[in-house]
Amino acid sequence: MRNWETLRAQMAETGYIAPDDLAMALYIAMSLGRPLLLEGAAGVGKTEVARVLAQVESCELIRLQCYEGLDAAQAIYEWNYQRQLLAIRAAAEDGETGKAVEARIFSEEYLLERPLLQAIRRPVAPVLLIDEIDRADEEFEAYLLEVLSEFQITVPELGTIQATTRPHVILTSNGTRDLSDALRRRCIYAHVDYPDRTAELAILAARCPGVEAQLARQIVGFVQAIRREDLEKTPGIAEMLDFAAALIGLGVNDLTDDPEVLQATLATLLKTQSDRAAIPPEVAARLAGKAA
Amino acid sequence: MSKVTRFAARDPGPAARVAGFVGHLRDHGFRLGVAETDTALRALTTVEGADPGQARLALKAVCAGCAEDVIRFDRLFDSYWMADGRVRQKVLPSERTSAPQHVRSSREDHGAEAGTAGSIHAPEAGDGETASEGTGKLVASTARNLMKKDLRELVSAEDIRAAEAVARRLGQALRDRRSRRRRAARKGAQLDLRRTIRASLATGGEPLRLARRRRPDRPVKIVALCDVSGSMTVYARPFLAFLAGLMRADPASDAYLFHTRLVRITEALRDDDPLRALNRITLLADGFGGGSRIGGNLDQFARSYARRFVDGRSVVVILSDGYDTDPPEVLDAALKRLRKRGCRIVWLNPLKGWAGYAPVARGMAAALPHLDLFAAANTLGDLAALETRLGRL
Repeated sequence: MRNWETLRAQMAETGYIAPDDLAMALYIAMSLGRPLLLEGAAGVGKTEVARVLAQVESCELIRLQCYEGLDAAQAIYEWNYQRQLLAIRAAAEDGETGKAVEARIFSEEYLLERPLLQAIRRPVAPVLLIDEIDRADEEFEAYLLEVLSEFQITVPELGTIQATTRPHVILTSNGTRDLSDALRRRCIYAHVDYPDRTAELAILAARCPGVEAQLARQIVGFVQAIRREDLEKTPGIAEMLDFAAALIGLGVNDLTDDPEVLQATLATLLKTQSDRAAIPPEVAARLAGKAA
Repeated sequence: MSKVTRFAARDPGPAARVAGFVGHLRDHGFRLGVAETDTALRALTTVEGADPGQARLALKAVCAGCAEDVIRFDRLFDSYWMADGRVRQKVLPSERTSAPQHVRSSREDHGAEAGTAGSIHAPEAGDGETASEGTGKLVASTARNLMKKDLRELVSAEDIRAAEAVARRLGQALRDRRSRRRRAARKGAQLDLRRTIRASLATGGEPLRLARRRRPDRPVKIVALCDVSGSMTVYARPFLAFLAGLMRADPASDAYLFHTRLVRITEALRDDDPLRALNRITLLADGFGGGSRIGGNLDQFARSYARRFVDGRSVVVILSDGYDTDPPEVLDAALKRLRKRGCRIVWLNPLKGWAGYAPVARGMAAALPHLDLFAAANTLGDLAALETRLGRL
């Protein structure tokens, strides 16, 4: 019988260091069969949770990326129009009657499954990642609520499709818009924050096992210090890992060795012009010196 | 860590205690329903519920619904379950109404609710910014004007009828064209393959009739907030008429007044008789012509009404001169929060029409980066002239 700590340990084995509240929320969401809503700044590893969960559960990951104007044809299902047209044409040459053709072209064979429909029809429950739900509009959010509570989808031509398995649903949000209370109440919630020093060191060790302890401490200290600066885009965990990879690739052993190399590798951390300007070489060198 | 609360033996069992805890959270502004109690209990059965650490994490995952809740949860958890071994509050449901007083309710921070007497929150500070403007009339002040003004002296029925026409035109100008969804339409840029194919069955697979789809124009909701503080008294007439007209022209719109506190006047303005409507507002807007707390009121709006009435398809229209007794940071934060609802924000400032006006009042300067449109409006005519500019939003 698995408990939340073994789940966390399993996640750690695949290289994901989950904080207490995230591991607990994930465990409860899975045991109660409820969707998990993850909120937090960009780059704190929300999407990664779904990937790791799929790995731990050894099941498929189905991803639905949300955007403004996402509609049923992209999220749920669509008919395969090209094949339908061909079938109609072929049927006409064979002299088939209208009724039979209609029954045929509106059958499963001509249905293109999109992520939501795919997710409820898998023989093994997959992980369904609904990424950046805050980008979709309110209508989609309302529809999603219905799917997540009923786990059934109605296709007018086919009838209601019941879920064969219930997917593990993970929703992520960057908070570009407030989500409805109804959706929040339906979900188990976890707020994902930037990791603290210890956690980030563990993440770096898990992902880049080759980094020496001294350099790892410097990298994490430096990134943590840079996050406290007033930046437009605060570097996330992925950026930290890129930064580490760049330093290793360049054969750097100590951050304070070469200010020029440090400044060049900052391209992996700072992604806007004004952020680059905010951290001139002197500041970078000072932060690197402190981080050691 | 303080000790775990020892519940008296006569208290009901764990289920009632958890229900009491959910009620405790609800009393402190968490939006939780009955279903959450059930979820919380089920969550506790999946973990070692007797272990305080695990129970805390489990209840947090179920009960917290946003980042703010997460921050406040620990303190509320401690005050209920870790109250130094004492029961602060009976968990019997009948006595739950007496909320514990040692934790400050966040609800109390945001001023009184509509219908209760307003109180002065801001001290007389930050008036240096306005003193330099010279005219005594424009100085923002926190003093509540307790002399009730009759709005009927300000606005006539003809004004409202004229405003109704203006509001209707503005409402039409403000269409939401951002939608990427498409809807069936006789003329449209995109083919609706689904319907085309269905129709083609009748013609032996030959798609003779092409069904089309296009982006529908969707009406936006106008949410108007009107400043009726002392410095705005001279402009109140056209603005109030505009609000009254707006409410009558567009059933989806929403209106508020603010001075030292915020009042929702939507229901009152929808009264069939326009003058009776104004009379009802007069009763609501006690303190009309007093001081202005723009930041505080907008913050309260963003936290309360906006959650229900403002979404990505709303345009928030603020009618104010920007003379604020709250510090500009409050206004900045409030507008930032409001923007998160995904709405567009229009600020109509009567002073902007003056020659040589610059938005130097600190409040106005703080607001500028968050606005989609900052325009002048003194009269109904000015509001009508905004039609084209709003259409471009």
